[in-house]
Amino acid sequence: MKQDTAKSLRVFAAELAIYAVLVTGYFFLVLHLLGNWLYQLETQHRILYAVVAILLIAGQAVALDAVTTVLFRLLRRRWR
Amino acid sequence: MFFPISNSHINPLYLVVVGFVIGILGGFFGVGGSFIAGPALRLMGVDWNYAVGTDLAHIVGKSIVAARKHRTLGNVDMKLGMIMALGTIGGAEGGAQLIQALKRAGNVNTVVSWVAIVVYVGISVFMLWESHTTLRLHKGRSRRTVQAAESKVDHSAFGPVTKKIQGMKIWPMINLPTSGIRISLWIILSVAVVGGFFSGFLGGGAGYIRMPSMVYVLGVPTHLAVGTDLFEIVISASYGTFTHAIKGNVDILIALVMHTGAVIGTQIGVVATQYFAGPKIRLAFVPLPLIGAAIVIYTLLTGQKL
Repeated sequence: MKQDTAKSLRVFAAELAIYAVLVTGYFFLVLHLLGNWLYQLETQHRILYAVVAILLIAGQAVALDAVTTVLFRLLRRRWR
Repeated sequence: MFFPISNSHINPLYLVVVGFVIGILGGFFGVGGSFIAGPALRLMGVDWNYAVGTDLAHIVGKSIVAARKHRTLGNVDMKLGMIMALGTIGGAEGGAQLIQALKRAGNVNTVVSWVAIVVYVGISVFMLWESHTTLRLHKGRSRRTVQAAESKVDHSAFGPVTKKIQGMKIWPMINLPTSGIRISLWIILSVAVVGGFFSGFLGGGAGYIRMPSMVYVLGVPTHLAVGTDLFEIVISASYGTFTHAIKGNVDILIALVMHTGAVIGTQIGVVATQYFAGPKIRLAFVPLPLIGAAIVIYTLLTGQKL
């Protein structure tokens, strides 16, 4: 039981570390590139901005969920 | 990091940590966490209108992740969630209209604050009594290690009242096989409208009202109530995000950063529900509305808007 908990914690810590690297890259690449475009959209085309905002947050949710699920599976398999 | 849309400077790590904490609460309790996210954004100097709208956008993303996870665990009643989304949107409009009327009357802050305190404290006291009574009645069972399948078998001290509500044969009756209940459409819509009304009136997703209502009024098992509430929040919060974005109240960049932390937190919260029985989840829920009440009392006493 203790061994299982230790293994789960190790997998989780590794997942967090890899995830942190991916998210940092994401901040600098995607948000930096999108920032100005979204700002322009928000000031000039509100309805389009509203649609893009929902699509972005929903898309990010599905994408990050998939990334964390794959990471978790890979790490579990590796440490099994 | 500079966020040009809301014209604010915020450390992205702060946003990730706030998202992470709200993610855990959301995944475990099925709430949006607006009572934390709103004040957390205000603390960083984000204007109140942006705090409300951005929080809703972040709730959409977080709820999608949580609802997907709960769905894989069999904790989402899609039919119930769809019906409730309709009522919630209608109720939210009603709540927003009342806010506008109170604004015109010039006493919106006082009325909303007192209603919030009464509602939050009322929910906490009731759930404390109910979950404590239920756990005492089933003491023998709760001492055993809760297995995943067993944890979903729900008990409630409020069960007899719920049975009476389910027994009201008001046409049309709706079969909800996933939740294991048959209940009048009007009762489902009433619960959704009340939840939506408080969402529009007090802000946020109002999961602290809807999740308990689904358990106590509709008789939905706690795990399903958490998952279905999250699914329903995806629809109603998307609608809220859209209307707020049109009014210029959403900084989607802040929401995207917060959401990166929420994804991990949500997954921890969802998995944790598998290790707790329904009454224990409800007992752990008790402090959440009290935190909301404490924040409102603080703003009333100090005159500060958190």
